[in-house]
Amino acid sequence: MKLHNIAINNLRRRKAKMAFLTIGLMVGIATIVTLVTLTKSMSGDIERKMDEFGANILITPRSNDLSMTYGGISLGGVSFDQREIREEDLARIHTIQNSRNISAVSPKVLGGIRAGERDVLLVGVDFDSELRMKQWWQIFGEAPRNDSEVLLGSEAANALEVMSGDKVELNGETFKVAGVLEQTGSQDDALVFAPLKKAQQLLGKEGKITLVEVAALCSGCPIGDMVVQIAEKLPDARVSAIQQVVESRLHALDQFRRFAFGVAAVVVFIGALIVFVTMMGSVNERTTEIGVFRAIGFRQSHIMRIILLEALLVSLLAGLLGYASGMGAAKLVLPFMAESKDALLAWDAMVAGGSVTLALLVGVLASLYPALHASRLDPTEALRAL
Amino acid sequence: MIKITDLSKHYTSGEETVEALRGIDLAIEPGEFVSIMGQSGSGKSTLLSVLGGMNHPTSGEVEMAGVRLYALPGEKLADFRAQNLGFVFQSFHLIPYLTALENVMLPLAIAPLSRSAKHEAARGALERVGLGAKLDRLPSQLSGGEQERVAIARAIVNQPQIILADEPTGNLDSKTSDEVMALFRELNDGGQTVVMVTHNPDNCAYTDRTIFLKDGQVVAEGKA
Repeated sequence: MKLHNIAINNLRRRKAKMAFLTIGLMVGIATIVTLVTLTKSMSGDIERKMDEFGANILITPRSNDLSMTYGGISLGGVSFDQREIREEDLARIHTIQNSRNISAVSPKVLGGIRAGERDVLLVGVDFDSELRMKQWWQIFGEAPRNDSEVLLGSEAANALEVMSGDKVELNGETFKVAGVLEQTGSQDDALVFAPLKKAQQLLGKEGKITLVEVAALCSGCPIGDMVVQIAEKLPDARVSAIQQVVESRLHALDQFRRFAFGVAAVVVFIGALIVFVTMMGSVNERTTEIGVFRAIGFRQSHIMRIILLEALLVSLLAGLLGYASGMGAAKLVLPFMAESKDALLAWDAMVAGGSVTLALLVGVLASLYPALHASRLDPTEALRAL
Repeated sequence: MIKITDLSKHYTSGEETVEALRGIDLAIEPGEFVSIMGQSGSGKSTLLSVLGGMNHPTSGEVEMAGVRLYALPGEKLADFRAQNLGFVFQSFHLIPYLTALENVMLPLAIAPLSRSAKHEAARGALERVGLGAKLDRLPSQLSGGEQERVAIARAIVNQPQIILADEPTGNLDSKTSDEVMALFRELNDGGQTVVMVTHNPDNCAYTDRTIFLKDGQVVAEGKA
């Protein structure tokens, strides 16, 4: 028989009390786990969705240019000290410290070209990464698979009066129109897309890149850091974050997170209150018992250890059960709350460890005063009979 | 040797002060069996709680085994109780969620003994009070007399020099009372000092000396 046997036996043989205390704290922990897990899962889902919609880092050649744009009308610009990005430099992007956050790197070469009787803007792209980045593209036909095929924006196809499967002549060279884009409402509609190498050759820009779009996966996305890291690797390029995209993502997630933490704080407070009231009630109920302990020579610290050990055991159980039931609830609720049907439940060791630690912390802190109160009980008054 | 010198205990309730004990001088020899008698409110239970190191006197001294009890700091006083005193309470005060064996082991929970030594000591104490066959019963599964015996076993398990008993037969029928008193006598014959508060004159037949209290003062003493 040691002090912990007293605590364990009390919990074991007073099952109803223990169950009440455990459930009180467990509900609190479960709510927090559910909220945090839902937030994380939904954040992940939203981030994935957002990352699929375009780039958030832009790499352009470093130049000192003066933009001549006003009210959406571009009058061109004055560029001086123009430098270029070389294709072989792009491999360096993948050597940055946060390279695992890079979802897609899409290099492009741009230039005007003669298509039959008209001038069009030709964009050379790496179709693999371009299609990964622009998942909203709907192609009538197919994406180009070789250097003799091109992809046309809807307006370009109209202007050139061709459709998928037709032939089109660019700078005197004949290409097959592998596919035509459904109208996107963006600048893509007016463009002709060709494989990067072929476009470089047609434009006389072998080995050169006009701009690079980078899509970074934003789970805790250090966009600012990544911009700096890429800039260090490509000193001749200007690297900038597309701030609007980044900030809107962060803002949406931040609001959701703040709401979740607000609710979690209220729930923790209620959980702590339940533990406090129950432990205080338990101490008052056990006044005589505590008087006996003191009479037979238990020190105040012994009484505190018994009460706090009970709180610790109940809190541990509540933490474990709370985590399990919280994850269960999150799994049930997630399909109704997430944007996509296949949203993944975020299993996080931090949430598991954190919920148990929080349960222990709340349980023990809320029991501190009841334990202190118990240890200070006057044994004579506690026993009354004496 | 228990030596009480000019002991007073006053309780204050609002403007009213109750003098529960008034200038008591008393000496109890080692191995003595003493009963304290008196009417309700005479101060006998207060005297026992002061003797037990649980109730600080308003004035006066209590010296036990050469130690001035109330000169000890709080937790040392608890240690003194653990090592030198055994309590038997009127309402038994067994812990309801512990078995008879666990209840008896309770004072040993803080003793530096091995698990088996604690088991042996508790089993021995229960066998001594005739409950060797009911070790695993919860208090609710025992009769009043059996609960009293468990309480006595708990008081003697750490082999204290002094056993303090408050109305130990107060809740028992006369036959069981006789058995319990015989048990106290037996313990006293084994060398333990017993101080017992009682209102039952029949119990005094088992003791060496009876001290009569009235209005917080010793009014008479008598040898059995």
